[in-house]
Amino acid sequence: MEHTAGLAHGEHDTSHELSFWEKYIFSQDHKVIGIQYGITALLFLLFGFTLMIIMRWQLAYPGQPIPLIGQWLGDANAPGGIMLPEFYNQLGAMHGTIMVFLGVVPLAVGAFGNYLVPLQIGAPDMAFPKLNMMSYWSYFLGGVTMLSSFFVPGGAANSGWTSYAPLATIATTGQTFWLCGMIFLITSSLLGSVNFIVTIVQLRAKGLTFMRLPFFVWAQLVTSFLLLLAFPPLEAAGVLQLMDRLAGTSFFLPSGLVISGQPLHVSGGGSPILWQHLFWFLAHPEVYVLILPAMGIVAEIIANNTRKPLWGYKSMVYATIFLGFMSFIVWAHHMFMTGMGTVISAFFQTTTMIISIPSVIILTALLLSLYGGSIRFTVPMLFATAFLPMFGIGGLTGLPLGLAPSDIHLHDTYYVIGHFHYVVAPGTLFALFAGIYYWFPKVTGRQMNNALGRIHFFGSFIFINGIFMPMFIEGLAGVSRRLYDGGQQYAHAQGVLHWNVFMSISAFCLFFFQLFFIINFFWSMKKGKKVNSDNPWDATTLEWDTPTPPPHGNFIKPLEVFRGPYEYSVPGKSRDFVPQSEQEKV
Amino acid sequence: MQVPYTVHTRSDTGLYNAKLGIWLFLSSEVMLFGALFSSYILLRVGADTWPHGYEHLNIPLGTVNTAVLITSSVTMVMAWASLMMKDFAKYRSYLGATILLAIVFLVIKGFEYAAKFEHGLYPSTSTYFGIYFTLTGLHALHIIGGIVVNAYLWGPGSKMWKTDPERFTHRIEIAGLYWHFVDIVWIFLFPMLYLL
Amino acid sequence: MSEAHTLEDVKQQVRRYVLVFVALLALTIVTVTISYFHLSVVPAIIVALFVASIKGTLVASYFMHLISERKLVFFVLILTGVFFLALMTLPVLHHADRGVV
Ligand code: HEM
Ligand SMILES: [Cu+2]
Repeated sequence: MEHTAGLAHGEHDTSHELSFWEKYIFSQDHKVIGIQYGITALLFLLFGFTLMIIMRWQLAYPGQPIPLIGQWLGDANAPGGIMLPEFYNQLGAMHGTIMVFLGVVPLAVGAFGNYLVPLQIGAPDMAFPKLNMMSYWSYFLGGVTMLSSFFVPGGAANSGWTSYAPLATIATTGQTFWLCGMIFLITSSLLGSVNFIVTIVQLRAKGLTFMRLPFFVWAQLVTSFLLLLAFPPLEAAGVLQLMDRLAGTSFFLPSGLVISGQPLHVSGGGSPILWQHLFWFLAHPEVYVLILPAMGIVAEIIANNTRKPLWGYKSMVYATIFLGFMSFIVWAHHMFMTGMGTVISAFFQTTTMIISIPSVIILTALLLSLYGGSIRFTVPMLFATAFLPMFGIGGLTGLPLGLAPSDIHLHDTYYVIGHFHYVVAPGTLFALFAGIYYWFPKVTGRQMNNALGRIHFFGSFIFINGIFMPMFIEGLAGVSRRLYDGGQQYAHAQGVLHWNVFMSISAFCLFFFQLFFIINFFWSMKKGKKVNSDNPWDATTLEWDTPTPPPHGNFIKPLEVFRGPYEYSVPGKSRDFVPQSEQEKV
Repeated sequence: MQVPYTVHTRSDTGLYNAKLGIWLFLSSEVMLFGALFSSYILLRVGADTWPHGYEHLNIPLGTVNTAVLITSSVTMVMAWASLMMKDFAKYRSYLGATILLAIVFLVIKGFEYAAKFEHGLYPSTSTYFGIYFTLTGLHALHIIGGIVVNAYLWGPGSKMWKTDPERFTHRIEIAGLYWHFVDIVWIFLFPMLYLL
Repeated sequence: MSEAHTLEDVKQQVRRYVLVFVALLALTIVTVTISYFHLSVVPAIIVALFVASIKGTLVASYFMHLISERKLVFFVLILTGVFFLALMTLPVLHHADRGVV
């Protein structure tokens, strides 16, 4: 490993031994960076989940002291362990922000993308190793900024992960931290996405044409374009909101704003809707950033465990490209309630219906891939198969939201929360777990424990549905989201509020079953069963051609690709898989 | 194995890595400034009154600054051409000129800002001034970034000319692409804020 | 593309840069001069944007060598252009409903 170190970035090609710092902390090796991203993101996921656990207590038992941790939350947040509404708002805003921007995306793109894309395309590293390192550290700074905001006066940001103006403009200092944190995170994403696109386009191994790329790489490519082109408008919006907060401008503040009976002394003339436009211009593509890499992971695992080629690989690729493209022109379906006229509303309803077609194509292709396979129900495959119906529920419940007449009823209710959590929690997160179980042997040289993995899967599967399914019931009954007592004061909510206890208990159980994953993760790293092959799953793609774990520079010798990514069970072959790098014998 | 195509172009794309990288980066910049332009239009169309730029801003100074930035773009591309002609001394004077012109631009901008503050005109004065300060401020940040990069390539970074001239020439081309982009942004900002 | 450059090419390009430089300065003077006529809003916007677009195109084509650039770069730019246009519809969308435009 030490011998090739430093070569990848041609500037100082003296093969000196790397110090601890260069090797593990400020590393420029895409695999180390991928692991850094992965660990940081998993910690953030755990933290964001914990915030929600605290909130779920409050929703199930409003006004009762939080057991165990209540006493540590501080008198400003939870006097006597009883949560204040202001604190609930902080937790809610930070839960959303952390899960999306600091958890799922860094794990799906930063960790899986970084580790696997260069390996799957047969490249020695990312195209710009230094930028890659900066991307991670910018993400890290963004995370630190977000976390530190809990300790400023007024606490963390409390205007929702969407930070709608004017509420966010007049919020406490935490919002300024949120905006600065977002600017770091956006910078990180931009550096990362440039790097991914260049890597995929420029560094593909000989013979690896675009139509021979594993579907995962395609998903990452389209995702990178979304990040590259959709994030800058949010950055612009963030800069404008910062100016509103710090320099007294009123880009998002209308004239004549009155707060708590006091007129606000600003020049006025701004537009709160402008913030929503700019925010959703990013945030709709962002939801595809959350789902595409997950679909990529699931596709890899399904092909490998059904021992069959993916059904309709090409249509999946075209659907992904189309999906990426369309995701830029549906954003206003989040804004049907802002008083838009019928023509524009009709336009966005139409594009929203159109964009569900490629999602359905991808899902159908994955489902059909199962047909007639002799499926190996390994732990990764369990998670990957569960992904399919879960994503299906999430997508189908999106349709009524995409049509203005039904959305007017459902907007800002728990139904929306149910919808998007089905796509990101039992959807994306399950795919990410599947990916961890699947590639763990490549990264560490050891298998994760099977029994613990199965317990983790079944526990998670049952209780995650226990949390999110009742949300549809509450939402259809009209219970609003973001209420710190879950809606106790509303007459129309009374009939369904008992579900809150059920959901909260499910959430606590879900938390409990994650312990099996955490234990498994660390235990297997040290004590897991050693793999006795570089390709323990008998897979076809290039990442399994490397030594385990892959050294700096990845491949021992330059390699060539002779075939598509999923040549499983090819008739007339001695084995049921043919690696992409295997030459046809003549 | 080393990362390929840092110097030579890949035959099917016809590009070296950094060339594709910088264009992607500039694309994201287009979206950044695009969002700000779009916000500007939205706010201006929605406003009851909106001053003409020429009522508040100093057009002669703005014009001089436009000329300064255009000139710096020319010296930048000349710096690259000099390297192509293997004339390192000339390269240094051209790039030095680019840096100096960029500083001149900032100094003039500074005078303009100071004059506004003296008259009590701040970002908070009106949405027009908010937009003016935000857009020119963000542009100025881009100028500062360019100065830092160019200064590095003029000073310590230029050592690469001896070891790897081809790669160094690429670097100047990349820095140039960025610099010309910053120039183009100004070409649109100037009429938008000053002349309309 | 740089590999294709011969010394002659570069010398010829330098001559072109000077021409472009002169054109850019001239256009700047034109647009500033026109602004002193204080045209009404719509023609003023059209003229100013038109001149700025020519200037921008000149810089992009010659200083940034777009005229001899590879397909892939154009692909990226066209894609960006499309989404840029989507962004620009934003004010239109916003005001169309409210009867301002
Ligand atoms: C497949 C078709 C989909 C359709 C038709 C759809 C439609 C919608 C609509 C119309 C809304 C706005 C509801 C409202 O606020 O009233 C919404 C919200 C949301 N969707 Fe989807 N969606 C789809 C897929 C997805 C996917 C794949 C994801 C994420 C991976 C996702 C994540 C979200 C999120 C996070 C929100 C809520 C944002 C918020 O208000 O905080 N959706 N969806
Ligand atoms: Cu959406």
